[in-house]
Amino acid sequence: MSLAGVVDRYSERDSPVHRADARAKVPAAFAYILAISATREADWAALGLLAVPVLAVVFASRLGPWFVLRRTFLALPFVLAAVPLVFTRPGETVFTLPLLGWTASDEGIRAVATILGKSWLSVVVAVLLVSATPMVEILRALRWLRLPRILVATIFFTYRYFFVIGEEAQRMLRARDSRSARLPGQRGGGTVLWRARIAGHMAGSLFVRSLERSERVYAAMQARGYRGDHIFLADPPLPAAHLVGASAFVACAVLVQIGVRW
Amino acid sequence: MTQVDAPALDVQDLRFAYPDGTQALHGISLRVEPGEKIALIGPNGSGKSTFLLNLNGIFRSTGGSVRVFGETLDDRTLGSIRAKVGLLFSNPDDQLFSPTVLEDVSYGPLHMGLPRDEVLARARDALAAVGMQEFEARAPHHLSLGQKKRVAIATVLSMGTPLIALDEPTANLDPRSRRELIELLDRLRLTVIVATHDLALVADSLPRTVVLDGGRVIADRPSVDVLNDADLLFAHGLEPLSLHGHPHA
Repeated sequence: MSLAGVVDRYSERDSPVHRADARAKVPAAFAYILAISATREADWAALGLLAVPVLAVVFASRLGPWFVLRRTFLALPFVLAAVPLVFTRPGETVFTLPLLGWTASDEGIRAVATILGKSWLSVVVAVLLVSATPMVEILRALRWLRLPRILVATIFFTYRYFFVIGEEAQRMLRARDSRSARLPGQRGGGTVLWRARIAGHMAGSLFVRSLERSERVYAAMQARGYRGDHIFLADPPLPAAHLVGASAFVACAVLVQIGVRW
Repeated sequence: MTQVDAPALDVQDLRFAYPDGTQALHGISLRVEPGEKIALIGPNGSGKSTFLLNLNGIFRSTGGSVRVFGETLDDRTLGSIRAKVGLLFSNPDDQLFSPTVLEDVSYGPLHMGLPRDEVLARARDALAAVGMQEFEARAPHHLSLGQKKRVAIATVLSMGTPLIALDEPTANLDPRSRRELIELLDRLRLTVIVATHDLALVADSLPRTVVLDGGRVIADRPSVDVLNDADLLFAHGLEPLSLHGHPHA
């Protein structure tokens, strides 16, 4: 897979979700995630109801449920950090791990299931946002929302130079592989330790070169008048219909959270 | 597996597409005899570098075949093909990753599993061949571009490959570094393939020229012919040397 395919999550489609203005989508996505996080422990009804508008947007986006589902797996490793809670929460013992002797409590399982459900639903919302909005539009929206310029600039440059540095790493790996030859009848390849040292050298030299590049890039930016802010072209007017749609989406979540507490 | 009378390189109908679906090579066939020195010219994006990266299996073709000294490139022969084809990357920074010049030049022979004495002997010979023996303890990122290029060539020479492919070896070099590099190329008793925009280098050192454009071979003729065919050159993003006032054209 090409590097751009791994990092750039935008997926070009034509759908109402894609067409919606990022200045409506970004705050709506954040607000929705905030609403999801307000779900009480083991409130399965709330989680289920919160999933309905999200599912509707998944279908409206024409990204395909499979595509969205696959992308949510990316966040899985982070979510797994919650799993130890199964064993640390006090409560009634449900089962005991053989060998280790750790006991899982019903309270713990409930807590972890809630965390998994909430995180996964939040990740779906985030995946929807980044798959249906080009990165630069998200950044523009963040700046428009008055997010501190240093944060926006950091995100922007991370995004911009990730590709440059990634491709640099890829070229170095190619150059190394080109010189990784074997002679017939010779046990080559070196020891694990030696190969690890080579990999370390490569990482080090990539770091030094990135640092040097950043100095050159910064000098070139200053030469063009950069003073710390990324200046976007003037924003086009924000259509009211987009705001209404985004607000309706968030309103669903707020109503669910109020409704289940009634 | 090396056959004595086999061509150094025998490429048949080589096709290559990038993972995003872009077709970069549309069926390239090329035969190079041992000891030949050939130029690969063509505009940016014509497929020159892609072609070179196919020769040692860094890129895997989507059709056709590559044979190096009689050995067909496939998963099984990857290692031994790389012991036959040395590749010089256009940016020496991509090639040099070790803390010192000597370690970098030793990488190839060390990976082949050669004994330490021979590795050192090969590395020092290679550095001497490019005139960089004084620099063996230096860090590659402290060298000038011309010096880096020479060290990068040494990293390939130390492997003792019978064929070397160089991508833009003279790009960005000052005239003296460029002259030294050309003299070095002339001294090499190897099969050499050079992808370049430097037509003066072609005129001086490379008797045969292959013109590549849009991933296809447009012409494969003696360099003198190609360099004097102004129409052909203009049609493929190049310019005859006479426009630069070069005496050879």
